Amino acid sequence: MSLLDQKTEAVVRLESVSKSYGDLLALDRVSLTVRQGEFVCLLGASGCGKSTLLSLVAGLDGITGGTLDIGGRKVSLMFQEAALFPWLSVRGNVELPLRLQGVSRPERRKRAEELLDIVRLRDFGDKRPHELSGGMRQRVALARALAQDADILLMDEPFGALDAMTRDILHDELERIWREQDLTVLFVTHNVREAVRLGDRVILLSSRPGRVIEDYPIAHERPRRIDSPEVSGQAAEITDRLRAEVARHAH
Amino acid sequence: MPIKYPSARAGLDGASGDTTAPVADKPGVNPESAEVAGLDALELGPRRDKGALGKRVWRSAWPKFLAIAIVLLIWQIAVWSEWKPIYVLPSPATVFTDLGNVITTGDFWDGVRVTMTRAFTGFLLAVVIGTVIGALVSQFAPLRAAIGSLITGLQTMPSIMWFPLAILLFQLSESAILFVVVLGAAPSVANGLISGIDYVPRTWLRVGQVLGMRGFAKYRHLILPASLPSFISGLKQGWAFSWRSLMAGELLVIVPGALSIGVRMQQARDLSDSSLVICYIIVVLVIGILIDVLFNAADNQLRKRWGLLS
Repeated sequence: MSLLDQKTEAVVRLESVSKSYGDLLALDRVSLTVRQGEFVCLLGASGCGKSTLLSLVAGLDGITGGTLDIGGRKVSLMFQEAALFPWLSVRGNVELPLRLQGVSRPERRKRAEELLDIVRLRDFGDKRPHELSGGMRQRVALARALAQDADILLMDEPFGALDAMTRDILHDELERIWREQDLTVLFVTHNVREAVRLGDRVILLSSRPGRVIEDYPIAHERPRRIDSPEVSGQAAEITDRLRAEVARHAH
Repeated sequence: MPIKYPSARAGLDGASGDTTAPVADKPGVNPESAEVAGLDALELGPRRDKGALGKRVWRSAWPKFLAIAIVLLIWQIAVWSEWKPIYVLPSPATVFTDLGNVITTGDFWDGVRVTMTRAFTGFLLAVVIGTVIGALVSQFAPLRAAIGSLITGLQTMPSIMWFPLAILLFQLSESAILFVVVLGAAPSVANGLISGIDYVPRTWLRVGQVLGMRGFAKYRHLILPASLPSFISGLKQGWAFSWRSLMAGELLVIVPGALSIGVRMQQARDLSDSSLVICYIIVVLVIGILIDVLFNAADNQLRKRWGLLS
C-alpha cells in the first residue's frame, strides 16, 4: 500500500503554509502532501487550526505565506452540521450542485438516484431533511458533496455531533464509499481513535500556532474496527503524544 | 385515542413491514447494509397518527365559535339592558337579518369588488416596491445606513396622517388611496425581506460558497428561499397595514362613482342606520380574517415543509 502511495501523484501540496488573522498566527509553516486516493486525517487539540487548514484548501480563505497547490482541482467540503436546505427535498439537496453546474433535469435525476443509492438512502429521496435522523442527514450531505464530483473531499469533523453507534456505522460507510468511489479525503477530527480507524495517515498538529508535529502512517489491515487492539494501541500512542502537546500550554 | 405503550407500538410498526424501509426489499444482502437500514428505521421512529380531519377541524374551530357566542351574548345583554335606544344599538338579530338582506344584493358585491380591487392592486404594488427596496437595502451597506431606520419609522407612522397630503397631491382619486395604501404596506414588506436576508444562517452561506454559488444563482438558490419565512410574515403584516389604510382611505377619500364598502358605510352613517354600519363592520372584519387565514395557511405549509412544526 505504502509503495503504491508514493507512485501516485500529489493532489494537495502545502509547503510551509502560514495563516494569520491580524496578530494571531493560526498556522505556522505547515507542510503536507496528500496523494491521489489517500485518506489523510488531521488531528489536533483545540486551537490547532485544523478547520482553518481545510478552509484554505477549499479556497474559502486565503493563505498568508508559503505555497498551497491543488493543481486547479475541484474540492468539496462537509461540515459537522449537515446544513441541508429545508426548502428542498432530500433529492433536491443532492441535485443542487448538479443544477448549479447546469446538468439537465433527467441527467440530474439519474445521478441523484445513483448518489442516494451509494449512501443507502435510495428510498428517502422524497423526504424532507427534517424527517431524517442526524446520521441520515450527514449521509445526504455526503451525497451532496459527491455530487460536486470533486477530486478532493474535505471533511470537517463530519461525525462530531453523532452518537457513538451511528458514528461507528458511518465510519464503515465512509470507508466503503471512499474505496468504491476512489476518493481522496482530508478528514479533520479531534477524536484520536476515529483518526486511526479511518486514516492511511494521521497528521498530528500542535496548538497555537498549528504546526505539523508528527505524521503517523497507519498500516493496519482494512476494514478496521474502532475497538480492535491494533487501532486502540496506536490511538493510545498518539493520545500520549497529543497530551504532551496539550500540557505544554499549561503555563 | 391514547396509546398506552408507545414503545410496543414502535415495535409493531417496525414488524408490520413499513414498505418504505429499505430493509424489506433487500433482506440480508450483507450485514453492513442491514445495520445501516436497521439504524435508520430505529432513528426514524413510528409515525404518529394525528386523528381524523373532521376531529382536527372541530378541535380548532370550537373555541372560535365559543368566542363569537360570548361576544353576541354580551351584545344582546347590552341591548336588553336598554343602555342605548334600540335604533342606535340594534340587537344582533336585527343586524344579522339586515346583513342577510345586504349580501344578497348585487350592489353589495359591486362594492366588495371595488374595495378588493383597490386592496389587491395597492398590496401588490407595495409588495413589488417593498421587495425591491428591501433587496437593495440588504445589499448595500450605505443605503442601509441611510434609509434602514427610515423604513421602520414609516412603518410606525399612522397611515391616516398621509391622507391630507395625498388629497393635495392627487385630489379625490384612486391614486390618493393607492398612494397611502402603498406607503402603509411597503415598509413592512421591505423589513420582512431585510430581516430574512440578515438572518440566513452562516452555515448555509458557507455551503453556498462551497457549492460555488455566486451572484444571481446565490440569490435564486440560497438567499431568497432561505429568507422566505421572514418575507411571508412581512407580507402578512404588510397586508394588515394596507387593509387598514384602505379602510381609512375609503372613509376619507370618496371617489365619485366608486361605491366601495367604505362609501356604503359612510352613507349608512349619514342615514343614521346603525344596523347597516354594524353590518359593514362585520363584513370588513370577515374579509380581514379570511385573508389572514390564507396567509396563515401559507405560513403553516412552509413551516411544515421546513420541519418547524411538529
